[in-house]
Amino acid sequence: MDREITTPITKEIRRELKAGDVVYLTGTIYVARDAAHKKMEETLNKGESLPFDLTDQIIYYMGPSPARPGKVIGSAGPTTASRMDKYTPRLLDLGLGAMVGKGKRSPEVLAAIKRNENVYLAAIGGAGALLSKSIKEATVIAYDELGAEALRKLEVEHFPTIVVVDTLGNNLYESAIKEYQKS
Amino acid sequence: MREVEVNRLGDEVKEMCIEINHFLSPDMKEMFCKASKEEESPLGKKVISQLQENLEIAEEEMIPICQDTGMAVVFLEVGQEVHLVGGDIEAAINEGIRKGYGEGFLRKSVVSDPILRENTKDNIPGVIYYKIVPGDKVKITLAPKGFGSENMSRIFMLKPAQGLEGVEEAILTAVKEAGPNACPPMVVGVGIGGTFDKAALMAKEALTRKTGEHSTIPWAKDLEEKMLGEINKTGIGPGGLGGTTTAFAVNVNTYPTHIAGLPVAINICCHVNRHITREV
Repeated sequence: MDREITTPITKEIRRELKAGDVVYLTGTIYVARDAAHKKMEETLNKGESLPFDLTDQIIYYMGPSPARPGKVIGSAGPTTASRMDKYTPRLLDLGLGAMVGKGKRSPEVLAAIKRNENVYLAAIGGAGALLSKSIKEATVIAYDELGAEALRKLEVEHFPTIVVVDTLGNNLYESAIKEYQKS
Repeated sequence: MREVEVNRLGDEVKEMCIEINHFLSPDMKEMFCKASKEEESPLGKKVISQLQENLEIAEEEMIPICQDTGMAVVFLEVGQEVHLVGGDIEAAINEGIRKGYGEGFLRKSVVSDPILRENTKDNIPGVIYYKIVPGDKVKITLAPKGFGSENMSRIFMLKPAQGLEGVEEAILTAVKEAGPNACPPMVVGVGIGGTFDKAALMAKEALTRKTGEHSTIPWAKDLEEKMLGEINKTGIGPGGLGGTTTAFAVNVNTYPTHIAGLPVAINICCHVNRHITREV
């Protein structure tokens, strides 16, 4: 089923999503990858607050290529989510609503998704030029020194994703593969 | 001796970095066309068509095909009749990469130290290999390598008794573990034989082969065809979202090896398998 969603992604919205649904996002989403996650973890360990309120927000795992003059952003496709697995359960427990990335998640992340009724969305890996067209604004909000890895806030319109793991823990990567497995 | 200015080679590298990050080679595009017809899953078909649209946007608007514009891997084949002049060849190639990634608005993804991890902010150094060959030409092959798929690559030091069956199992293991992480449809480079390092290098070189061409060694060609069939039966599909196009090609390179060993390296590349060659 195709769905249009305006962020933030509340628990009510999340509960309606099922693994395999195509979801188009509109509104604010945040961008963080490896180094920004490490920084966020360090910030939390120091007892300080994060650069943005996590509640029902979406983190997109992405590190864009530089924007050409006059452009909002460069190529902007998802990076492998599993590298963020170490940091993710804590962020979900603190209220993060959903993540956009690509690839498998750890059992710990899958458990946290179920526990907090989150969703894990996939964007198409390697489609960075296409995905950049849905990004209307991009602002670095913290960790500017990390360059491509800085923490960013994006305004997106009709940004295409697919629900891989839903609030009940159904996992498209597992079910879809079984459907087309021939050996 | 034919004299070749090292800066000329650097300039070629600069252009190649920009070109291949925006224009995928025709052999790879042909793979997308074929897959768009053959893919059985509706969602898989949709992914393939979006990836084709992505390639068009990249060319028309000069937005890199993928934001991971890679670590630049350069293979230099230098004719033994060539005298490289005008400076340090390694510095000139790295300068070409630096300019290409800077002027081409490509992402700087290189950190100066694997543990301390400070971004060099200019994407250098690249990984540069030199081969001395007969002739008076210099052949440059550039293959910017993204790490989503690089991270899923594997090396197995098999026992000779494991033979071809062991090799097949190793390839399937790597591909299944890679799954959606490696941005399928993948191209699978395989190096069989040599030493630990030689196998890995052969696997990397295999990715630069024109996609669709086969090994000239009969058993290796059979292996390529058989493994492509097996990989496409795993169900992983485009984007790992289920389907019958998990790989575009399996390219096998081989080398003699030791009586006690059977090294097998599997270098996985995503569907953005960038490779470009120029001769000077």
